[in-house]
Amino acid sequence: MMEVDVAKCNYCGACVGSCPKNCIFLNEVKVEINEDECIKCGFCIRVCPVGAISADWWSE
Amino acid sequence: MKEYEYDVVVVGAGPGGSTAARYSAKHGLRTLLLEKKAEIGVPVRCAEGISKNWMDEAGIEPNKWFIDAEIDGAKIYSPNEQHVITLSAEMAGNEVGYVLNRENFDKYLAKLAAEEGADIWLKSPAVDVIKEDRKVKGVIVRKFGENVRVNAKIVIAADGFESQVARWAGINTTLSERDIVTCIQYRMVNIDIDEKYTHFFLGSCAPGGYVWIFPKGKNEANVGLGIALSKLKRRGEVKEYLDRFIEKHEYLKRGQAVQVVTGAVSTCRIPKKIVGDGIMLVGDAARLIDPITGGGIANACRSGKYAGEIAAECIDNPTEECLRKYEEKVRNKWEKKFIRNWFAKEKLAQLSDETLNKLVEAISEVELKEISVYSLLSAVQRKYPDLIEEFEDLI
Repeated sequence: MMEVDVAKCNYCGACVGSCPKNCIFLNEVKVEINEDECIKCGFCIRVCPVGAISADWWSE
Repeated sequence: MKEYEYDVVVVGAGPGGSTAARYSAKHGLRTLLLEKKAEIGVPVRCAEGISKNWMDEAGIEPNKWFIDAEIDGAKIYSPNEQHVITLSAEMAGNEVGYVLNRENFDKYLAKLAAEEGADIWLKSPAVDVIKEDRKVKGVIVRKFGENVRVNAKIVIAADGFESQVARWAGINTTLSERDIVTCIQYRMVNIDIDEKYTHFFLGSCAPGGYVWIFPKGKNEANVGLGIALSKLKRRGEVKEYLDRFIEKHEYLKRGQAVQVVTGAVSTCRIPKKIVGDGIMLVGDAARLIDPITGGGIANACRSGKYAGEIAAECIDNPTEECLRKYEEKVRNKWEKKFIRNWFAKEKLAQLSDETLNKLVEAISEVELKEISVYSLLSAVQRKYPDLIEEFEDLI
């Protein structure tokens, strides 16, 4: 499961353009991740300038 | 589903999209400009520094309304900040000149498009492309919450770093880890800076990127940094880097942020393909960002203009073959520079702070009349012959 912390997210789209599967969408101020297509590369988690994205499979 | 008919639909009303729409409409094409947000130019995703020399070509006249500050030159600091390279605007070429007010700049360019006759829809994200026999024939738009079909002979993808329209159309703009730089910036007030210069800080303060201070006026500046994704391990590290940099500098520490800006840029070479049947990519969506500076506005506006013009040429035959004229124009203009700057970026990212200190010191001691790889390297060679070995493949 992936989660986007709306209190941190600045809805900039850094995660969208970095996603190699093109399965993240930014609708105005809301980031949505299509997890069916996610390959768990972690790009979005690391690219987020404010650390708003987390996942239970992610470890640092 | 409601249907609309246009010659050209442009996705994204940033500088590239608005300029594309402007020139498309100027050539008599029925043009629609889509913007997914509620307001053009907001929120800003940009450090706002530009040079002056390209604006004429893009048909943009400098105007106080969208320029916050005029800049005399750039200062590049070594990691230990004991050495500084000072570049005048003429020498630095690309990224100094003006600091924009992007909120106004983007609206101004959209206005120019509207004046040429383009329609503009706000709160209207493209959610998919329409394809028939693998040819792009328009886009599906969520127009104020309602899905509508926009049929168009040509789609111009100007959706910025996200670059989703291209990928829906089957054009690969996927980035590798080494070619993504992630950024954060505060617009700071009550700081004490030399407002006549843009300031760049190299080294471990921003691995694989740099820290910038771009003045927006007296005691006010965009203070930000970009870091290569390949150098980042932990969540939220980017913000920590910026907070640390500010904390270390007395002249920034007393300031306050009135805006936080985030985003990412690509630092890749030009993709294999930036056109397809019925589609052209412009600006950040085409990855036309200078790999070493991260600057994209000038390329966005000019590529947008080219795309608008080629759209007019190809409107009765919008095949990939015809639209390749646009791609050739872009490649002829930027490909060499992008390859060179990409290699330089890769090299710079590997250098230690110690090496960078020496490099900046050596260059700062010569009076530079022009900035060329050769003049820089020969300056370094005189002082640190051993250093130059690291750059042999760049000569």
